[in-house]
Amino acid sequence: MPARIGVVTFPGTLDDQQALRAAAAVGAEPVALWHKEQNLHQVDAVVLPGGFSYGDYLRAGAIARFSPVMDTIIDAARGGLPVLGICNGFQVLCEAHLLEGAMIRNGDLHFINRDVTLRIENNRTAWTSDYEAGAEAVIPIKNVDGRFVADAHTLDALEAEGRVLARYVANPNGAARDIAGIANAAGNVVGLMPHPEYAIDDLTGPAGFIENRRVPGTDGLPFFTSILKSLVSA
Amino acid sequence: MGVPVARVLVDVMLKPEILDPQGQAVQRALPRMGFDSVTNVRQGKRFVLDLADADPATLRATAEQMAEKLLANTVIEDFQVTVLDEAGETGERA
Repeated sequence: MPARIGVVTFPGTLDDQQALRAAAAVGAEPVALWHKEQNLHQVDAVVLPGGFSYGDYLRAGAIARFSPVMDTIIDAARGGLPVLGICNGFQVLCEAHLLEGAMIRNGDLHFINRDVTLRIENNRTAWTSDYEAGAEAVIPIKNVDGRFVADAHTLDALEAEGRVLARYVANPNGAARDIAGIANAAGNVVGLMPHPEYAIDDLTGPAGFIENRRVPGTDGLPFFTSILKSLVSA
Repeated sequence: MGVPVARVLVDVMLKPEILDPQGQAVQRALPRMGFDSVTNVRQGKRFVLDLADADPATLRATAEQMAEKLLANTVIEDFQVTVLDEAGETGERA
């Protein structure tokens, strides 16, 4: 039986279909989860997708964090369930205190919609094991509240514990220490501002040429192949 | 006759050490209108909460719990609770 990857839809979620499609693309069984239901339908992993849950009212992710489905996910994540929060999902994980820090408005106040190059720094998590350590990946960002901040003590701890998941090679938004994503101590909960689910095939991904180097459209795929492998071997 | 309502203000501001790009944008705009004396702008939020049948003894603590749990993200924001007295806007409201 294929591993079941659940994708939560909140009111205002945008990227649930792309996340479901990415799960299917690697051979997992995609399972749609609804914000009002506490039932996780026996999924083996959860993706909190991007978008503007509850219109980003109050703060990005602040209201979604108190939805019924999150009650179950927060408990399950503390018990080891793999959870990937992408963009708005990362914001929800921070608001839920499953991950440290917070996201504030981009430095230039612009909504940034662009392919960025990431350096994968931690390939020991359930979601990144298929990357080589230090690998570069071209993955799109699309957000306005994408600037990761945390106090210096927290940032030092994240670095010392090797929990910085990925950094921007060229910082697009002023994120602290170029951080694009982080992981929890156990490595099962991961938050990432860029969108790997938009970089899973050449046709729709950021395929092209950067400085005469051929960039495939599939640099985000290892997030999904990684989780599948970790579930199969678990 | 309405139900007695207590009014509580919760002001939420980014912590001083957190950069406030929105405040900075406002700060850059004001001199263009001739307001040359502005040296700093910080932008925040105010919540005006009307609480029905609130016990005056626990009003502040209740509002602080709301701020702590939802209204503010204390990782990046500070909050201040102000309970309005009878002479303020508390009391019966149409």
